[in-house]
Amino acid sequence: MKIIVCIKQVPDTNEVKIDPVKGTLIREGVPSILNPDDKAALEEALRVKDQHPDTHITVMTMGPPQAEEVLIEGVAMGADEGILLSDRAFSGADTWATSNTLAKAIEKIGRYDIIFCGRQAIDGDTAQVGPQIGERLGIPQVSYVEKFYLEEGKIRVHRALEDGYEVIEGQSPILLTTIKELNEARYPSIPGIMRAYREDCIKVWTYEDLDIPSTDIGLDGSPTQVKRSFTPEQKGAGEMLEGTTDEKVGSLVQKLQEKNLI
Amino acid sequence: MNFNLSKEHKMIQKTFASFTKNEVEPIAAEVDENERFPSETVEKMKRFGMMGIAVPREYGGAGADELAYALAVEELSKACATTGVILSAHSSLGCWPILKFGTEAQKEKYLKPMASGEKLGAFGLTEPNAGTDAASQQTVAVLEGDHYRINGSKIFITNGGEADTYIIFAMTEPSKGLKGITAFIVESDTPGFTIGKKEKKLGIKGSATTELVFKNMMIPKENLLGKEGKGFKIAMQTLDGGRIGIAAQALGIAEGAMEKTVQYVKEREQFNRPIGKFQGLQFMMADMETQIQAAKLMVYQAAAAKAEGKPYGKLAAMAKLYASETAMEVTTKAVQLHGGYGYTSDYPIERMMRDAKITEIYEGTSEVQKMVVAADILR
Repeated sequence: MKIIVCIKQVPDTNEVKIDPVKGTLIREGVPSILNPDDKAALEEALRVKDQHPDTHITVMTMGPPQAEEVLIEGVAMGADEGILLSDRAFSGADTWATSNTLAKAIEKIGRYDIIFCGRQAIDGDTAQVGPQIGERLGIPQVSYVEKFYLEEGKIRVHRALEDGYEVIEGQSPILLTTIKELNEARYPSIPGIMRAYREDCIKVWTYEDLDIPSTDIGLDGSPTQVKRSFTPEQKGAGEMLEGTTDEKVGSLVQKLQEKNLI
Repeated sequence: MNFNLSKEHKMIQKTFASFTKNEVEPIAAEVDENERFPSETVEKMKRFGMMGIAVPREYGGAGADELAYALAVEELSKACATTGVILSAHSSLGCWPILKFGTEAQKEKYLKPMASGEKLGAFGLTEPNAGTDAASQQTVAVLEGDHYRINGSKIFITNGGEADTYIIFAMTEPSKGLKGITAFIVESDTPGFTIGKKEKKLGIKGSATTELVFKNMMIPKENLLGKEGKGFKIAMQTLDGGRIGIAAQALGIAEGAMEKTVQYVKEREQFNRPIGKFQGLQFMMADMETQIQAAKLMVYQAAAAKAEGKPYGKLAAMAKLYASETAMEVTTKAVQLHGGYGYTSDYPIERMMRDAKITEIYEGTSEVQKMVVAADILR
């Protein structure tokens, strides 16, 4: 079985502060991490490999040269190889141009059975790139995967909904986007770290390596325009009312009256 | 001069930091309280290839170096010195002498399963009447045909009772003193090998520290490590490296206590302000931080020297001397800065202070380290 896992290096948003004047993220000095949903995607691929050792896992990311770190982490966790799509021509890409670039790279790899993507990156929260890759490759896709089963000749997943889940069956090739609740990811192994750094496990592909017009990638290939960015206003904190039902109703009515809502 | 860790070392450090935070720290207080060997942590370390960090890949290890190993022990010890010493004793006292002095057959049979974590290692030199004075060994090995018959006992053996493979020292020619000591590889299931008294200790309570008793234990000739009569040299060289592990453990303990203390003095308010605002306490903390940084440089220097194949005996002795005294001083002050709370087991600081003390004692007391350093400079 051949699996491709699309991952992204993101700033650790637990550590990010927001510039109170400009409303933008202060990225300086913020550590970079492997995006949590993507880590779940990789872990699920690794679990397939645990069961079927002949599985080959490629981790792929598009980003600046330092994004190699997440591919190294992926290989250290157990992936076979990493592909870094890195070129000035790719920069400034929105989800449209990003999925275009990733899909072309996947076509270049050729054969694959499963593509795992994280649902969304914590720095953008769009949840668009995975599904767009599926569309561009013309293969079935299931998003929000919270459980994954590889069965004889088919793939069965639970797709998380707000109030439950759908059970969906499919066949490879298929693209799945995973949520971090899917599993708990393993640590990189120490021999894995050594292999990742000392053996040539990471390939770098540039614009020249992909069969794609320059107008479809990077800033030029990105129809999204950012009008304004701002920090949403903090919502008031929730409050749990205590007491008997009568008391709770009483205090609820009183609070609604205080706010002139009734 | 480059004081930066390589990317490889940083990733190993990061991996151990996150392993420690998620797997080690949550059980550290309980392991201490119940004086329980944390087997589940050893099992997890095995899974992630953490038990053979500095063992070459051809012998089943990760193929990293002594610095990577020191970083690992340091990170583990930030939260749990017990876990730190389990790895340290296994790696530098168990694996290393076989790697350095073992035959290919011994490496194949004993080192490989230790490097993979399948088997745990330990080292037995100390006896009731032979501590620093190792020449007073009373354990005796007598060659009878293809086997040595070994009788005697060892005390204070780290990983005792938990380990599978022990490096044991015994007198093969008592009349020759230090030159009559020989090293052997002993498996825990050998008939005549039993575990004696389990020590109750001030600190590192989860670490198993036991007596080993040998009664007519027959060890095949092929388990002799190095050459007959070379045991003392093997022991001393092994301890030179072991000190790097203990120095890293001491460094980790100090850093762990410092981190908790910084957090505490920012939160704890007296006289309407966080106690960290008081200059008297700030000066204490500045001293603690400076000592930690100095200890860190010495530990890394000794580890890097060993990794690069340079002489490291004196560097390791100085690193252990300084780091262990730093650990004791920093943890003592950390308890002081925590006040009454620091004295209770609701905070990890009192445990860290208890754990720190052993680093000034085992694998050579501070006084022995001074002897090593003095011998080097006056030679």
